[in-house]
Amino acid sequence: MRSHLLRSFRILFSTLIFICFVLVFADFKSFIPTKYTNFLLFLQFVPSAIKFYNLQSIAVCGFLIVLLLTLVTGRTYCSFLCPLGIGQDLNSRIGGRIKKKFRRYGFKRPFTVLRYSLLAVTLIVTLIWGIYMITLLDPYSIFGRFMTFFAKPAIIYLNNLLSGLLGKFDIFTLSNIPFKGFPLIVYSIPAVFFLLVGGLSLTKGRLYCNMICPVGTLLGLLSKISLFRLKINETACTRCGRCSLRCKSSCIDFLKYDIDVTRCVDCFNCINSCQDNAVSYGFVNFKKKEPVRETDESKRKIIIGSLLLLLGVSRVGNGQDKPAPKPKKDSTVKETKTFPVCPPGGIGIESFIKNCTACSQCINACPNSVLQPAFKEYGIAGIMQPVMNYHKSFCTYNCTICTEICPTNALHPLVLEAKKLTQIGKAKFIKDNCIVKTEKTACGACSEACPTKAVHMIPYEGNLVIPEVTEDICIGCGHCEFACPTVPYKAIYVDGNPVHTAAKKPVEVQSDIKTPVEFPF
Amino acid sequence: MRRRDFFKTSMGAGLAAGAALSLGGYDKLWASAPLAAKYDMVAVMGGNPDAMFDLGIQELGGMGAFVQKGQKVLIKPNIGWDRDPEIAANTNPLLVKRIIEHCFRAGAKEVYVFDHTCDNWVNCYKNSGIEKAAKLAGAKIVPGNSESYYHQIHIPGGIKLQSAKVHQLLLETDVFINVPVLKDHNSTRMTCCMKNSMGLVWDRGYWHSNDLNQCIADFALYEKKPALNVIDCYNVMVKQGPQGVSKADIVSMKTQILTSDWVAGDAAAAKMLGLAVEKVEYIPIAHKMGLGNMNLDSLNIKRIKM
Repeated sequence: MRSHLLRSFRILFSTLIFICFVLVFADFKSFIPTKYTNFLLFLQFVPSAIKFYNLQSIAVCGFLIVLLLTLVTGRTYCSFLCPLGIGQDLNSRIGGRIKKKFRRYGFKRPFTVLRYSLLAVTLIVTLIWGIYMITLLDPYSIFGRFMTFFAKPAIIYLNNLLSGLLGKFDIFTLSNIPFKGFPLIVYSIPAVFFLLVGGLSLTKGRLYCNMICPVGTLLGLLSKISLFRLKINETACTRCGRCSLRCKSSCIDFLKYDIDVTRCVDCFNCINSCQDNAVSYGFVNFKKKEPVRETDESKRKIIIGSLLLLLGVSRVGNGQDKPAPKPKKDSTVKETKTFPVCPPGGIGIESFIKNCTACSQCINACPNSVLQPAFKEYGIAGIMQPVMNYHKSFCTYNCTICTEICPTNALHPLVLEAKKLTQIGKAKFIKDNCIVKTEKTACGACSEACPTKAVHMIPYEGNLVIPEVTEDICIGCGHCEFACPTVPYKAIYVDGNPVHTAAKKPVEVQSDIKTPVEFPF
Repeated sequence: MRRRDFFKTSMGAGLAAGAALSLGGYDKLWASAPLAAKYDMVAVMGGNPDAMFDLGIQELGGMGAFVQKGQKVLIKPNIGWDRDPEIAANTNPLLVKRIIEHCFRAGAKEVYVFDHTCDNWVNCYKNSGIEKAAKLAGAKIVPGNSESYYHQIHIPGGIKLQSAKVHQLLLETDVFINVPVLKDHNSTRMTCCMKNSMGLVWDRGYWHSNDLNQCIADFALYEKKPALNVIDCYNVMVKQGPQGVSKADIVSMKTQILTSDWVAGDAAAAKMLGLAVEKVEYIPIAHKMGLGNMNLDSLNIKRIKM
């Protein structure tokens, strides 16, 4: 096939995919039903592989389809389906506009040692210790974090600007969204990757995919035996080198009529650039070619440093936090959390952190922003994995979005009735911090907020009532902790369950108030 | 039922309905001529929320007594919780809808509905049924979820609460109609008229940590007071309030109380829950501060049974 339509098709298809993914992350009002999101996520390689490992079900075999696709067509996944890859293509295009230099790409030697050792290290670490390297390097998770950490604050900022403007005209279709910022420290990893991936793609096309990305390397290995691939017709080729200069992967050695399949992402730019119709995509004839080694020119280093960006983003995040209410006295007793609270559907902390790649899809989707990227709640290896932060917000009783949307099944889908009875932690009351005891005035903010009345009020001094917790009906939603007005320590907090358990159903209390026949006044 | 019988009965029903309408009454329900209020309070029992309001507001001289032509009206129901209407954790949507309709009949330029919810506001607005009902009636439903909507006000004379941030709508509208739902409350024992004003402010935590009962009364000092309180006692959450756990917490009371005096309204509401007025501490505090009259015996109350 030498059709120019191949490239047009790639651009159209990948643009659609990219827009869909951006919409999924930009959808702060949960307009998109989760079944569509899951459809989109089906073919994401790493999330699907982890999900398959967990569920052993053919219903989640997306990654097998990707492997098959690679065996037939080469690394089309990287150009057509990977949102991080498509995003890099976009960035490369921008780079091309900025730097109007004809010779941008050209053939480069592959970073063979680096890429294969990274793949090997990732596999070994994952098999022996756990998911940490995948969390760091899975392209989908990296893309998810870019969207959640950098794009979403921008989207919310725009929304708030627009909603403020519309509000002046008495239009309230858009509403202001109080954005809860993440701790500065968890921005560090996404920021480094943002600069790395962004910088490399801006100047060097798909170098990140061909040097660091373990999925790219793995699919590249598989491409060595793929059936369809790009090739140069030696008789038609005039060695003009145009194809090589348009190759984002810098993998066309036109002097030797050779295209490195392990790096080629099937973008089809070369077909369009060739004026002699010498480049084509088609069924391969397995004729051995001499491997060629050449020394490469020195590599430029990537400058990492823009701390300004880092600071700027976190300022957007922190600007709208609720100021803490100030009671007369400070609370004195420190909360003693023995375990962090991991999101519902996680089954338990251990099994959750083993399967979560920190793609931050759930953090993005949470309508209450109670899911926050962890810093060291799960240990430093669990950095960026979602953790319930009840000082920032609480878990909505009637909501299961995070469990439905998880691409790796680290959070298992829960039906609403099951979620309402899943105990992810237990409320603990610290009487010595409580307003009712310290100020001798009524409060009850915690019990008011409790959806199951696990936190209820019992008689205290005089007309006063004070909270009490029935732990077995508590589900650990954290609304009590969020509502408690004491500072710096809360008078009620949720201690996580290392393994989630089933809560008892809320009790029905009898009352002797009857339907009135006469006015009581 | 046979087909012929069906026709007979329905014709009969139609005639009866037509006759009832032609005999009047219905138009009077939309009374437009403002009359001097004869009563301090009107209490209606035994009907649906909308029908009880039609009757009650008529006794108070119609909505025209409260809303003038071209005015902007704020209707503040309780939309605090992400609960179904049948749990009655929020104001009855049918009642909210009817009040909005009366406001427009009286010539209101615009009617706004909002609450600073406790649960996720999108869920609350939707699942309470109030968003839909209000939009159907032509009102604007406004978010209250972000501090950017709230502006600083001062309450001179407040003992614990001297300032607060209130929603811009309270400041920008001409008439404020308070539409609380009567509920048991875990801490203050009862939530109704005055406590519903907690949904007008941003920082409720301050109230909770600085003598909740006093703060509730203090806020009633603020100059912008409700022109009318419509207390929804159709379904009443008598325990496990203010959120409720199940339908077992609800008692059907089919009652509605209309009054301009929110202290009196709260006093009457306390009686509905079988509470001594003194037990609900903010009521006697507000009474002593001169914000209303909790002595129901000294009031002119019109009681109507439907």
